[in-house]
Amino acid sequence: MALAALETIRDQFPILKETIRGKRLVYLDSAASTQKPDVVIDTISDYYRHSHANVHRGVHALSQRATDQFENARRLLQGFINAREDAEVIFTKGSTEAINLVAASWGRTFLQPGDRIMLTEMEHHANIVPWQVAAQQTGAEIVVVPILDDGSLDMEAMAKLLDERVKMVGVTHVSNVLGTVNPIAEITRMAHAVGAKVLVDGAQALGHLRMDVQAVGVDFYTMASHKMYGPTGIGALYGRRELLDAMPPYQLGGGMIRSVTFEKATYAALPDKFEPGTPNIADAIGLGAAIEFLSPRLEEAHHLESDLTHYSHERLSEIPGLKIHGTAPGKAGTISFTMADVHPHDIGTILDSEGVAVRAGHHCCQPLMARLGVAATARASFALYNTRDDIDALALALRRVREVFGL
Amino acid sequence: MMSELYQDLILDHNRAPRNRRVIEHPSHEADGHNPLCGDQIHVYAVVRDGVVEDVSFVGQGCAISTASASLMTEALRGRTVEEAEAIFKRFHAMLTDDAAIDGFPEDGLDKLQAFAGVREYPMRVKCATLAWHTLHAALAGDGRVSTE
Ligand SMILES: Cc1ncc(COP(=O)(O)O)c(C=O)c1O
Repeated sequence: MALAALETIRDQFPILKETIRGKRLVYLDSAASTQKPDVVIDTISDYYRHSHANVHRGVHALSQRATDQFENARRLLQGFINAREDAEVIFTKGSTEAINLVAASWGRTFLQPGDRIMLTEMEHHANIVPWQVAAQQTGAEIVVVPILDDGSLDMEAMAKLLDERVKMVGVTHVSNVLGTVNPIAEITRMAHAVGAKVLVDGAQALGHLRMDVQAVGVDFYTMASHKMYGPTGIGALYGRRELLDAMPPYQLGGGMIRSVTFEKATYAALPDKFEPGTPNIADAIGLGAAIEFLSPRLEEAHHLESDLTHYSHERLSEIPGLKIHGTAPGKAGTISFTMADVHPHDIGTILDSEGVAVRAGHHCCQPLMARLGVAATARASFALYNTRDDIDALALALRRVREVFGL
Repeated sequence: MMSELYQDLILDHNRAPRNRRVIEHPSHEADGHNPLCGDQIHVYAVVRDGVVEDVSFVGQGCAISTASASLMTEALRGRTVEEAEAIFKRFHAMLTDDAAIDGFPEDGLDKLQAFAGVREYPMRVKCATLAWHTLHAALAGDGRVSTE
């Protein structure tokens, strides 16, 4: 990305002008949550100033305006992931709720004793625990695909484990620890060949790479707005209509009903069936603005973030005692590392004192931490507003860690 | 600023923790766990006639939690249980309460003052107090504590 273009992108993120403990903010925690551009912030406040009313309910003009904007956001998301129809996009609180929806609704309806749910060793707790509960409730069992030492999925092991007993394959698109980009098209082909459905956790992917749900052929794809420049508290589930139609509602209430007597209810059509209650209207509209911001810049962002990933691997490899966890080819801009015996929390605090924001901990991936043989890692992660200067600041601050600990 | 948190005293007790050992027949013991960072600690104490005659720990953690455990064992050995609990209260206040910044002027406890810098990093208070919470649970007869 040309320097001028980068400057204008950074200018659109007001928070990047903050100083932390007197130092320039170097924000390297976008995998936890990205910062928000002006257009997203303004869209949300404009909505509340000029358009707010409840959706799908009123006969008055404001309700219509709110409904139009809310449904337009759904269409923006549909277009962004190339879903066949907008009704296949269900708004949720985030990726976590989207996975819970599928595990509870699809899982409890279609899983039977002896069925298998296939997960991978690099899954986030959000894509493990809901399936554990579904397994307990249905008598299904969980099988786990291991990773290789570079952090890529062991595809041979997956092929061996995959047979007709497997009814669901749950896999993250991009690992929030290793940065690994999983071959979800290949996984989907393999799963469909044995009759299994595929749920891809897209929380870490959509802000960084182009996804086409029809081309890949996934059955379910989950999204997290706050990791793709949109607001918190909103996300979505994509599901193929045929599957969503066959699934029972996840939560029950108003707005998802066709008719109710005290004896029985018939449910509304998609997507309303899965969206009872008043939805998070403002943030859905904010997510729409984020997609309009991101989509035209996505390829450029991908290019920039690949450069930063390369550059940071180079710079961090120069630091004695530093170990990077996850070196799979084509990995995304998420760099987990440990440093000799220094606890990642101490690394995180010292970096913070230098104005460098990274995350330290198990990243909601305790099984993966066990596989890596660490209690925790420090993690730097990138977005389209980061620069090589940010990586240099990280490398410098890491040298400070070595100094403090006398390494 | 950083030198205030990672002082030589803390770094020294992290590198070479005192009383990191098993006590074979403790009168009290408890497990402590900080699920956020995976810190694990086991604290042992020998209490006789209301006096903490010996106190030790084993476990893995960050520099702040390891040094805090180490300095805790030094500070509390030979104190009565009431004194130990009072020191824990003051230690906690020093990390969290702006009014309590001059936590430990007196001899024998002044080293605990090294943790005053943690106040600038509220996310790390749990690290600095894990061993203390665990000892508190051991003395109260609860075998397990989590700082969640
Ligand atoms: C891989 C992965 N899955 C799921 C989630 C949860 O997403 P959300 O915050 O939208 O619930 C996260 C984010 O923490 C994640 O990194």
